[in-house]
Order: sequence, then C-alpha cells, then structure tokens
Amino acid sequence: MRLLRLVPENTNFGFMKNRYISFTLSGTLIIVSIVLFLSMGLNYGIDFKGGTVIEMETKDGPANIGDIRSELSQLQLGDVQVQEFGAPNDVLIRIERQQGGESAQQRAIALVRDTFGDTVNFRRVEVVGPRVSGELAQAGTLAVLASLFAVLVYIWFRFEWQFAVGAVAATVHDVIITIGMFSVLRLDFTLSSIAAILTIVGYSLNDTVVIYDRIREDLRKFKKKPLLELLDGSINQTLSRTTMTSFSTLLALGSLYVFGGEVIRSFTFAMIWGIGVGTYSSIFVAAPILNFLNLRNDTGKSGDGSAEKEQATPA
Amino acid sequence: MLYFARWKTVLILLTILVGILFSIPNFFTREQVASWPSWMPGRQLVLGLDLQGGAYLLYEVDRGSYQQKRLQSLVGDIRNALRQSEPRIGYTGLGIKDNTAVELRLRDTARVADARERLKDLVNPLDASVFSGTQINEFQYTISDDGHIRFSFTEEGLAQRIRSVVDQSIEVIRRRVDQLGTTEPSIQRQGEDRILVEAPGLSDPERLKAMVGQTAQMTFHLVDVNSSPEQAIQTRPPAGDMLVYSTDDPPVPYLVEETPLLTGDDLDDSQATFDQRSNEPVVNFRFNTAGARKFARVTQANVGRPFAIVLDNEVISAPVIREPILGGSGQISGNFTVQTANDLAILLRAGALPARLTIIEERTVGPGLGADSISAGKIASGIGIVAVAAFMIASYGLFGILSCVALFANMALIFGALSFLGATLTLPGIAGIVLTVGMAVDANVLIFERIREEVRAGRSAISALDAGFSRALGTILDANITTLIAAVILFYLGSGPIRGFAVTLAIGIITTVFSAFTFTRFLVAMWLRNRRPSRLPI
Repeated sequence: MRLLRLVPENTNFGFMKNRYISFTLSGTLIIVSIVLFLSMGLNYGIDFKGGTVIEMETKDGPANIGDIRSELSQLQLGDVQVQEFGAPNDVLIRIERQQGGESAQQRAIALVRDTFGDTVNFRRVEVVGPRVSGELAQAGTLAVLASLFAVLVYIWFRFEWQFAVGAVAATVHDVIITIGMFSVLRLDFTLSSIAAILTIVGYSLNDTVVIYDRIREDLRKFKKKPLLELLDGSINQTLSRTTMTSFSTLLALGSLYVFGGEVIRSFTFAMIWGIGVGTYSSIFVAAPILNFLNLRNDTGKSGDGSAEKEQATPA
Repeated sequence: MLYFARWKTVLILLTILVGILFSIPNFFTREQVASWPSWMPGRQLVLGLDLQGGAYLLYEVDRGSYQQKRLQSLVGDIRNALRQSEPRIGYTGLGIKDNTAVELRLRDTARVADARERLKDLVNPLDASVFSGTQINEFQYTISDDGHIRFSFTEEGLAQRIRSVVDQSIEVIRRRVDQLGTTEPSIQRQGEDRILVEAPGLSDPERLKAMVGQTAQMTFHLVDVNSSPEQAIQTRPPAGDMLVYSTDDPPVPYLVEETPLLTGDDLDDSQATFDQRSNEPVVNFRFNTAGARKFARVTQANVGRPFAIVLDNEVISAPVIREPILGGSGQISGNFTVQTANDLAILLRAGALPARLTIIEERTVGPGLGADSISAGKIASGIGIVAVAAFMIASYGLFGILSCVALFANMALIFGALSFLGATLTLPGIAGIVLTVGMAVDANVLIFERIREEVRAGRSAISALDAGFSRALGTILDANITTLIAAVILFYLGSGPIRGFAVTLAIGIITTVFSAFTFTRFLVAMWLRNRRPSRLPI
C-alpha cells in the first residue's frame, strides 16, 4: 500500500537563507497590526463594551432586514445593527450600551420584545452591563499575559534562555498578528476570541517546542555544524510532522467551521488563522531568532559530556 | 519501551474500560439511565446553557437604593428619638445628604448632651464578628458643640449589611424559583454583592426574570378620603400621606397614608384560586396571628373606607371595607390571569427581597437554538473525527489504524472523565474536544515520524520502534505541558463558557498523553509480539 505523504522524505529546504525576507514580512505584519489596533481598534463585542445581542427567528418566512431595522430605529436605542445570521429567517440584533446604568439595558430588551412580540422566537438574548464588561476585559487581558509568562518560565527551565525568548517572541508575534486580523476584518472581539487567542498561544508553543526539541538534540549531536545549517536541518527533519499535525488539526477545525453552526464560526475562524500563523512562526520566527541570540556560544559549554556518546543519525 | 508487565497491561486496559463505562450513560436518555442497576455509572454530562437552553442571570444588590432605604428609616428613628424626649429636643434641617449620611442641627445648643444621650443607641450595633470579637456598628455619628449632627455608614457595617442582604435574597430567590418547577436552578453568591442564578433547560426566561427580580414588598394602606389625589398632584400630598398609582392603563392615582397598616411580613400564606361568584383568578391570603388581630382592629374601626393593597409602590387593588374582617384572611382581585395570580401568590409566600436587585449580566438561550447547537456540534465533531481518522490511515497505514483505536479510547476517556466530574459541556467545550482530536493525532504523528526516521537511519524494526517511542516522549511531554499550563491559567482567570473550554482542553491533554503514547505503544507491542515483522509497514 502506498502511504500518503504531504512532504517528500529527506527534504532540504533552505529556510534560513530567506530569514531576512521572513523577518521583514513578520515585522511589517506586526507593525501593520499595531497601527490597525491603535487607529481602528477592535470591534469589541458586548462582553467588553457592554450592550445587548438578540438573536431572533421570524416565524413566517424569511426575515425582512430592512423592515426590522426601521422598526428598531423608531425605538431610539442609539446604534443598532441588524444582520442575517446563518439562515434567512434568523436575525442578529446588536444594540449599543444604553445610557443610564444597569436597568436601562433591561428597558431596551423589553422594548424590542414588545415591538416584535409573537411574530418571532427569541433564540438568544445576551446583556452585559457596563460594570461587568470592564471586569471581563481586564480578566481576559490578564489571562493572556499570565499564560505567556508562565510558559516563558517553563521553557526557560527546560531549555536555554534563548529558547524561552524565541518561543515567547514567536507567540507574541502570533497574538499580535491575530489581533491585527480581528481589527482589519472587523470581527466581533468577545470572550470566545480570548479563548481562541489562548488556544493559538497553546498551539503555537506546542509547534515551536517540537522544533526546539529537535534543535536541542541536534546541537548535542553535531557540535561542529554551522548553526544556520543545523537549524535548517532540524526544521527539515520535523517538517513532515509539522505539516501532518497542522493539516489534521485544520481538518478538525474546518469541519467545525463548516458544520458547527453560526455561533462558533468566528471562534473557529480565529483558530484556523492561528494554526496557520503559529505554524509559520515556528519555522520562520522561532528558529532563526536563535541565530540572532547567539545560541551556540552558550550551549556549547553546557551540552557536552553524554552528548558525545549519542549515536548520530544523518539528517 | 515495548515490553509491558502483566500488571501494566491490566492497568491500561482497565483505565480504558472504566472510561468507556463512564461515558456510556451519555448515549441514553435520563429515564433509561435511572432504571439501570445502581452499580452502573449513571452520571451524564451536564449540558451548558448554550446547548440545552436556559438562563444565566447575574444580579447585583442596588446599593444606592438600599442605602436610601436604611437612611430613610434612620431619619424616622432620629425624629422619634428627639420628639419623645422630655422636654422635646428641637431640631431643624433633618434630611439625607448625598445618600450616604443623615444631617440635622439642634435648635438649642444647650441640649447637645441630651441629644447625644438619646441618639447613642441609633448606631445600630450588628452582630460582632466571631473572629475579631470587635463590635461593628452600622452607623457612626458626630455631634459638634454648635449642634450640628451627622450620621454616616461605617464601612464594615455597610459591608456586613450588604452581605446579609445577599444571604437573605438568596433564600428568598430559592423559595420563589423552587416553586416554578424548573430543573434544578443554581443560586449562588458571587463576590461581595452579587447573586448568580442559573436555570438550565428553562423555556421561559422572562418569567424567571420577573419572579427573581421583583422586590415584592406588599403593604396595606388606608386611603385618605379627606383630600383628593388630583389636589395632591397639583400641589403636594398632605403631611403623612403619599401618592401611589394603580397598575391600570392609564394609571389611577391614589392618596394613601404613608405608614402601612400591615406588610407582607405579617402574611402566613397565600394561594391562587378562583373567585366563587365571578370565576376570575384571585389570590387568597391569610395573616399570622398578630397580623390577623391588627387587621381585625383596623377593619372594625374603618368600615366603609377604602384601603389600598400596594405591591412595590403600585396599587394592585383598592377594595372598600364592607364589614370587619375578623378571620384574618382576605382576597385580592385585580385583573389577574391564572399565571399572574399564581406568580403573585408565590411571591407573597416566599417573602420580599430585602433590597432591590439589578441585572448586570444576562444570557438566555431558547430551547430551539440549544437543540440546533447540539446537532451542529454532533455533526461537526463526527465529520471532523472521521476526516482525521481517514487522513491518519491514509498516511500511516496499519499504524494509522492503531492510532484511530487510540483516538477512540481517548474520546471514551474524555467523555468518561467529563461525566464523572459532572463537568458542563458548552459549545466552546465541543470546540475544545475537536481541537484535542487534532492535537491528539500530533502525539502519534511525532512518534510515527520518528520511527520513520529511525527506519531510514537503518535500524531494525524493533529498535526503530523502541527509539521512536522513547525519543518522542520528551517532545510530547514538553509540548503538552506548555499547552496544559495555558489551559490551567485559562481556567483560573476565565469565566463561564471559557472555563468549560479550559476544562475540556485540560482533560483532553491528559487523556491524550495516555492514549496516544501509552496505549498506542501497548497496541504496537501487541502487534509486534503476534506478528514478529522484520520490516515496518510505515
């Protein structure tokens, strides 16, 4: 039986010779993302901005978005967005946070309920008041920073400090570019988006650690090999695994994106994006950064002894 | 790496068997599971609100209105204390300041000492803390020599008050919600001044909101017949009276005496029934002994006068007293439907909330959306798993099949663990499981790729397998521990749906290391022992 191979055996791509191209690309993307974030900001969902989301389903026939919009505009609720949501008779309404404290939000929902009454089913109502939304935003940011820090410490403990810096740099790179994606596509940034970003952090680290693991092994094995050549070798050896894992994870996520329903679509989209960025950054950011951090000078001293006895396998 | 002692074999198989056993109940209905023998595991996954529909309501005690209520009663107490002293202590400008304090000024600075003596009990000592043993007062006060008096809340006193308000409110809400007959609502304190009400599987969240959020303070007032409400609207109500409106459309104004005759606290019981003559839904109530005596006395003295039944500052009924009511029971009729009568009876039985509660976060999901999400989740994970399995078999042949067996064991372990822990499965949780499937394959990919490398390096079948497993282990552990760290932090800092995601992710990582590494290794070892191949089909 012939088995499927995503990449041929014994590849020898020169990833490192393109490192300035990939650094330029990553640097540009990071700057663009930061500029986008500072200028356009994120399209914060109600979790962070406060406000109301109502998903309703019209009982007879497809919903007339125009009519719904004009009926809602008579209620004087400020900024109201209406959009079709997954099916022609399914409508998503976003109402901005109402002035006048917590109970004002409840009055807004009551108005909407009275307006549409029995002609629709209210499938989902979510209201987040001003106080809670601030707390959620704080907790979310804290979660991302705390997990990055914890991972930094762990990798530092397990590898050399250059690896810790490289892994965190690659992960921060992924987080920033993902935020840039959220900004440019105006995707709703909610609590689930934070979960998606944390998953990306996890995945990207996982991917980076696998390559680092091989680099560490090769460093002990080939003491004389120039570092750039060694990095290329390590990446090529793990390339088959990298693509296999990315592809199988994308298969699972792709199925979730297509069949998982409207509610989690933006969540899965962010994760699919993250798998792509995470895979890229492990190869083109995490590995070459070790060269810039003068990895060899440090590890040459610490990695001797037993490493000499290790049986060398040709790359 | 490829030799398994008998006890290890038993342990591995037993773990998976237990996983399968604990995940079985999820494939049957609740009724079917209930009829099983008691030694079978019967716990099922709890579905999150987003999957089975229901309501998540976060309430906060309205501090502002609670402080106002307390200060108003303090004003009354100060007034009484000063008026009742012999001779009366004159004062001016008694009122609430900034909703945090009560201020007044004595007319005669010579009475400062008297006033201090009369007012010193009004600091309202609360139960002393068991741990510190120090006395906590609700209020603190200052009296200056020029006769200026200021009462204000103490910080600890107010905090303790709010805490007990939350405790009482939880009791009241529980009594109310229990009578709605929904499936096991959960009512718990959150932080200092918040209450979280979760009612999964509830089909009518609006009714729950109405039942939980209503203060339901019922009072009985005599209607003032000497002055007309119209007059009061134009000028101001006479001293000791207040203006309230009915629930009719348009609202009818009533002028009633400010001090209630009786309150909802004097009630013993209330029931919704039908009026025998008109056949309309009504609410019958019965006072407790003290209340009944008082009600009898008042009705005897006021035959022919109307009185108003006021619920949360709205008149729901204003009958005329036709004859003295001595039995201590009465009837409220006021355009009820069967449900509103029923709800009012429940509210009166459960008692009033000690303070107003406001909703600060609400998430309600209708049953239709929940069902749609479940079926979408099932289809998506089914297709995802089949696709990944097919990909693995296409890539690694026999070893791919072995990894699919391991994947199946992994799923059983995840569902078994989630069921055993009584964890809640949310939509992001399903996403977490699907992601685990993707990542679980990663461990196998790492091993298999390593084996391929070792084969290419010219090793024999057994030594390539052995080296593949042992060398991949470090990588698998490092990679999964980093992800586990992220999941744990997510759990501690996240809230609601994110926690569900973190739990499934963390459990998934642990079961993955077991099934993808240990169990696959076990399967490979079994295969090796039976076939003794010289070449690996990889």
